[in-house]
Amino acid sequence: MAVDSVAVEASGLCRRYGRRWALVDVSLRVPLATVVMVTGRNGSGKSTLLRVLATAIRADRGGARVLGYDCRTQRDAVRRSVALLGHYSYLYEALTPLDNLAIAARFLWPRGGGPSPRALLEEVGLADRADDPVSTFSAGMRKRLSLARTLLQDAPVVLLDEPYGQLDPPGFRLVDGLLGRLKQSGRTVLMATHLLERGSAICDQAVVLEQGRLVWSGPAAQVPEASSAALPAGAPR
Amino acid sequence: MESAVDPRPTPAEGSIPYLLIGLGLALLLWGSGWGLFVAPQESYMGDVQRIMYVHVPTAWNAMLALTFAFACAMVSLLRGGWKWDARLEAAMEVGVTLAVLLCIQGSLWAKPTWGVWWDWDPRLTTTAVMVFAFAAILALRRFVDDPVRRAAWSAVAAIIAFADVPIVYFSVRWWNSLHQLQSSPETVSRAFHWPLRINAFGVLFLMSGLIALRARVAELRLRDELGPPLPLPAAAQGGL
Amino acid sequence: MSPVVAAIRKDLLLQWRTRAQVLAIFVFGASALLLFSFAIGPDAEALRLHAAGFLWLALLLSSTLTLAESFQSEMEQRAFEGLLLLPASPRALYYGKAIANWLQLTLVGAGLVPFMVVLYDAGTTRLLGLAGILVLGAAGLSAPGTLYAAMTAQARARQTLLPLLLFPLVVPVLLSAVKATSLLILGDPMGQLRPWTLLLACFDLIHWALCGLLFDRVVED
Repeated sequence: MAVDSVAVEASGLCRRYGRRWALVDVSLRVPLATVVMVTGRNGSGKSTLLRVLATAIRADRGGARVLGYDCRTQRDAVRRSVALLGHYSYLYEALTPLDNLAIAARFLWPRGGGPSPRALLEEVGLADRADDPVSTFSAGMRKRLSLARTLLQDAPVVLLDEPYGQLDPPGFRLVDGLLGRLKQSGRTVLMATHLLERGSAICDQAVVLEQGRLVWSGPAAQVPEASSAALPAGAPR
Repeated sequence: MESAVDPRPTPAEGSIPYLLIGLGLALLLWGSGWGLFVAPQESYMGDVQRIMYVHVPTAWNAMLALTFAFACAMVSLLRGGWKWDARLEAAMEVGVTLAVLLCIQGSLWAKPTWGVWWDWDPRLTTTAVMVFAFAAILALRRFVDDPVRRAAWSAVAAIIAFADVPIVYFSVRWWNSLHQLQSSPETVSRAFHWPLRINAFGVLFLMSGLIALRARVAELRLRDELGPPLPLPAAAQGGL
Repeated sequence: MSPVVAAIRKDLLLQWRTRAQVLAIFVFGASALLLFSFAIGPDAEALRLHAAGFLWLALLLSSTLTLAESFQSEMEQRAFEGLLLLPASPRALYYGKAIANWLQLTLVGAGLVPFMVVLYDAGTTRLLGLAGILVLGAAGLSAPGTLYAAMTAQARARQTLLPLLLFPLVVPVLLSAVKATSLLILGDPMGQLRPWTLLLACFDLIHWALCGLLFDRVVED
């Protein structure tokens, strides 16, 4: 249950890969029903942040809560509240889109129910390829299917890691439309993207990561100026 | 696993392990000297049987080391804590070494006694299987870079390997029982007890000291792995 | 639908869609049987005597392929992680995969039996008994094998690590299954089949429980 109106909060998140710290002391609070853009250069820690929030990986230091549930100790509750569109497609290459969605649906809704896989495939424009194995798909089509899988989860908090990646212009419009609908239905969305123009048009707030640290946060419309002013780590503020 | 409560292991610094090693070596020298030169010859097997003075202590302690490894694995998995992972690594290494020594001693005894290098004695064969099982876990540790994962996986593997020991033993015993009588240099009459006991304690102290030292090395390595410093400078907190 | 059933369905579907692999694995096992017979030489007596051993060795070697493949599709696009995040219970996913591997190993073993009969002149009329040993032995390989396959699929040097970790552990399976199969082929005058079968069953029970219990520590951070 949401204790207050905060959807996601993180405090002092740190995560290392070997000797390199991918996230350094990241703290943030995301109110309910906000769409947040997470941006920064390659390797700045955007994906790592989303993965920690989704409990795909653990934080080495610090903690996070989603809808009031602790990411470390109430992992299953967090997972039920979050849908992650990640770097990897989470798809079975040998199976068809319908198979992939049906498998997820059986774990999500053991007693049936939930959004219809066919309807979702229609929505993302894959209805005519519903019975072809994913291994025959292009990267863009895989992305669309992953989007459908994310929507299938019908989660209150949606984390999108580069949703526009590998998509063509119609695909861009598709994601824009989906984001609009998520926003309208009151979901909380964190979207990691490089596309500042597009992002700041759709998102309410934005945060900028630089070498694992959160260096700027504020209204999304003001990001383009701020990220050019984002200082490299090591420079005095 | 890493938290403010148990961030990085701090290896102990005392000299107790060195004392244990010294004491162990001294006892081994005494016991082995007694067993090799002073104790009477065994009536059936002759001088060859003297290997029993190191073989039996090695056997007891190898089993002890691997049992300790199992205990460390349980604690590491259930309670966590880097010290226990370090001890697990140390206990497995020392245990495998002792087990290998055991197999070599077994061969050295088998050749003059039975004319073959390996006589498929159930206990020794089980030991050989355990060498491979635990050596594989040590190899696994080398190929996993993430310390948290490494600790969890080695603990799981050690528990499964240890749980397997009695099953392996029984299966080998039944398998072998149709072919050969039980054969091992274990029939001991009272005259031989003292050197055996002294050596047993000698190996015990030596082994404990070695495990303690090796655990320290493991802790130092973990300390280095877990503690790369956070890069500077401190950034402004984010608030929306 | 219980999560275990959902997992079994998923894994059986995956196996069905990639069934060409099972064929390849079976051919591998059959060629192993052929090579073993060359190692013995055309001595009909010796071949018959050791047939059971070679059958189970061939199946053991084939199992490393089956087990490694079973996690191939899970790891290439991280589908397994995707399921865990839904959330799906790691234990359910384990049992689903282990049961599917069990089925595949039983099928490969069953396929190798006629080969053994022909090459080694090692037939038996006690087909039900043989089927039973195959099922129990495959279960013994599958339980720890699935756990270690999940582990090594996430590590480096996975091709060497899986057999390295698995083979010492399944010694009891090898011993019992070979002994039992041998008794079925060569005759069992002293009625020793039962204790070996019981040992196999014991091994299976312990490992299916233990590995299921420990699995979530293998796949979760």
